[in-house]
Amino acid sequence: MSTLELQPKAKRDKDHFVSTEPFDPGSAAQLSPEQERLYLASQWKLMWWKFKRHRIAVVSGLVLLVMYGSTLVTEFLAPYNLHTRHTDFIYASPQKVHLFHQGSLVGPFVYDRQKILDMDTLRREYPEDPGVPHKLRFFCSGDPYRFWGMIDMSFHVVCPAEGATLFLLGTDRLGRDVLSRILYGARISLTIGLLGIAISFALGLVIGGLAGYYGGAIDTIVQRLIEVIRSFPELPLWMALSAVLPVTWSPILIYFGITGILALLDWTGLARAVRSKLLALREEDYTTAARLMGAKPSRIIGRHLLPGFMSHLIASATLSIPGMILGETALSFLGIGLRPPITSWGVLLNEAQNINVVALYPWLMLPVVPVIIVILAFNFFGDGLRDAADPYR
Amino acid sequence: MIQYVVKRVLLMIPTLIAVSVIVFTIIQLPPGNYLESYIAELQAQGESVDQQKVAFLREYYGLDKPLPEQYVRWATGMLRGDFGYSFEFNMPVTKVIGDRMFLTIIVSFVTILFTWAVAFPIGIYSATHQYSWGDYGLSLLGFLGIAIPNFMLALVMMYVANVVFGTSIGGLMAPEFIGKPWTWDKVKSVLEHSWIPVVVIGTSGTAGMIRRLRANLLDELQKQYVVTARAKGLPPRKVLRKYPLRMALNFFISDIGSLLPHIISGAEITAVVLSLPTTGPMLLNALKSQDMYLAGTFLMFLATLIVIGVLISDLALVALDPRIRLQGGVAR
Repeated sequence: MSTLELQPKAKRDKDHFVSTEPFDPGSAAQLSPEQERLYLASQWKLMWWKFKRHRIAVVSGLVLLVMYGSTLVTEFLAPYNLHTRHTDFIYASPQKVHLFHQGSLVGPFVYDRQKILDMDTLRREYPEDPGVPHKLRFFCSGDPYRFWGMIDMSFHVVCPAEGATLFLLGTDRLGRDVLSRILYGARISLTIGLLGIAISFALGLVIGGLAGYYGGAIDTIVQRLIEVIRSFPELPLWMALSAVLPVTWSPILIYFGITGILALLDWTGLARAVRSKLLALREEDYTTAARLMGAKPSRIIGRHLLPGFMSHLIASATLSIPGMILGETALSFLGIGLRPPITSWGVLLNEAQNINVVALYPWLMLPVVPVIIVILAFNFFGDGLRDAADPYR
Repeated sequence: MIQYVVKRVLLMIPTLIAVSVIVFTIIQLPPGNYLESYIAELQAQGESVDQQKVAFLREYYGLDKPLPEQYVRWATGMLRGDFGYSFEFNMPVTKVIGDRMFLTIIVSFVTILFTWAVAFPIGIYSATHQYSWGDYGLSLLGFLGIAIPNFMLALVMMYVANVVFGTSIGGLMAPEFIGKPWTWDKVKSVLEHSWIPVVVIGTSGTAGMIRRLRANLLDELQKQYVVTARAKGLPPRKVLRKYPLRMALNFFISDIGSLLPHIISGAEITAVVLSLPTTGPMLLNALKSQDMYLAGTFLMFLATLIVIGVLISDLALVALDPRIRLQGGVAR
């Protein structure tokens, strides 16, 4: 017996309320505009919202954007060319930019510098000669160059006054401006990471995809292969492979060779991730459905399985870019990586190889600063991306 | 248990064979026959070539034989302790190497100990004080440790040590011990000299380990048994010490697999900068002059070191963790 029937009849009638309003079947499922926005958002949009909350990651992303953007217009930004030599200023220390000359505002300018050879230490010294201020020129014409190797131009954002010099970060053993070289080096150092990750990404997707989808013998072979590659210490193997690149290759070929070598050892982590994910996903119903409808394996993998965790893969790939940049830097530092005239940050650091440089010309170590910034930025950026790509948080 | 150990050790053999094939391929990669190029170089320098010796070397290493046979000779030679011939030093590789490999092992081992000693307390602190200022500060330090290339760190440390302590810290022992047999004093001297390389090599590995340990411990701290232990009224310290820490210890052992290649890579380049008498500088030289037997030996040695390191960590894990012992030992 239900409790309802125990109650007096009159009370039951009173409680039984029927609304006279017209019935709207969608009323319970009515979403507020806010909810609608959230539920209808695409996966990438959700990722972007989540990513935005990660303050450091956003800043890092901006830093990377600026750095990569700068490589597009390096020629404008650098005050000098990559190979312009100033034989009068060898190992010149960084030059100071002043604003005030004898108490009055002149705007940014530099002083002349004397050249003194210290006969005791045989060191070149360049003390300032505060006589005439040389005002910096902005949006000016300076060293001529070929923009992107194609168009002859001479436009610079900043150049020294006629007859004066502007070595904001000093010069190296041939009197080349370190700042300009760092800016040009960014082109090589930054692209080598992207190019390398593109190759290793493709390798990881294909190999991991095959191993995960087919399983069985292919899987066993790939697993063994990964294990073997992983039991090599990265750097020595990189060293060995880049040392056997033929000496006769042109520097640009070497650049691609080194990129390939870096990628060749990097795909294993990605392949493992793809494999384990595919092993699970290929048992899902929608995969069976696709197979029954006659989809080819390449379509099933590429169209149905991979997109499900692509965002996550991209995030983890971002995290392995810094390793490649560091690898290239280390190889070039040791002198078995890229070769001049190709200039990367590692090639620049190659000049700072011994302790004398640290003691006498510390500014030659400055190319390490952008390396550190890029590595940090990629780490934070990748962390933020990974958190954003994780749907379970 | 014994079954697992035997299986695990046997599994190592195909891995090592595959490693040796790769190393041999790398040895063969430079164009031409290195013996011929060596002779050509000698003749170009106007030095006389001992034809008998050349003939002997060619015969001994089977350089005129097909590649598979050369490989078998090289690989079986290694098993007998014959690693080939260094054409740059003009003597067998075994003699060139001396105790460099031993020193590499020592440096790597001490670095692992250092990494553990630093990463353990910091990782625990960061995990238990998540999002505190200390956590942020230490995380930032850790990130910096990852981002600074260790060769630069080595250079700067060398300079600082030179200026502050007034000592030259190149090398791994006081000069009077070089080439001397191992005595207690020599060991002490090595330990005294090895702290800078150890710190330099250890930083990036430590930073990575702190991050992984922190993440691991954070996962562990959210599990229900921790909540239960707390609900029972255990003091926080005891909860930490009794349960999650023991799980984290496990992770410490299993992490060797990713730590060891890192440390060995770092050790090579740091050794070049600090000119330590380990494998690093000599490997670099051998590669630059394409003295491939020597380079191949080093590569083989470093890879073997990692394979054995991972083996030891796997076995230690089995001994420590009953879950692996029960599942992995029987089922696998």
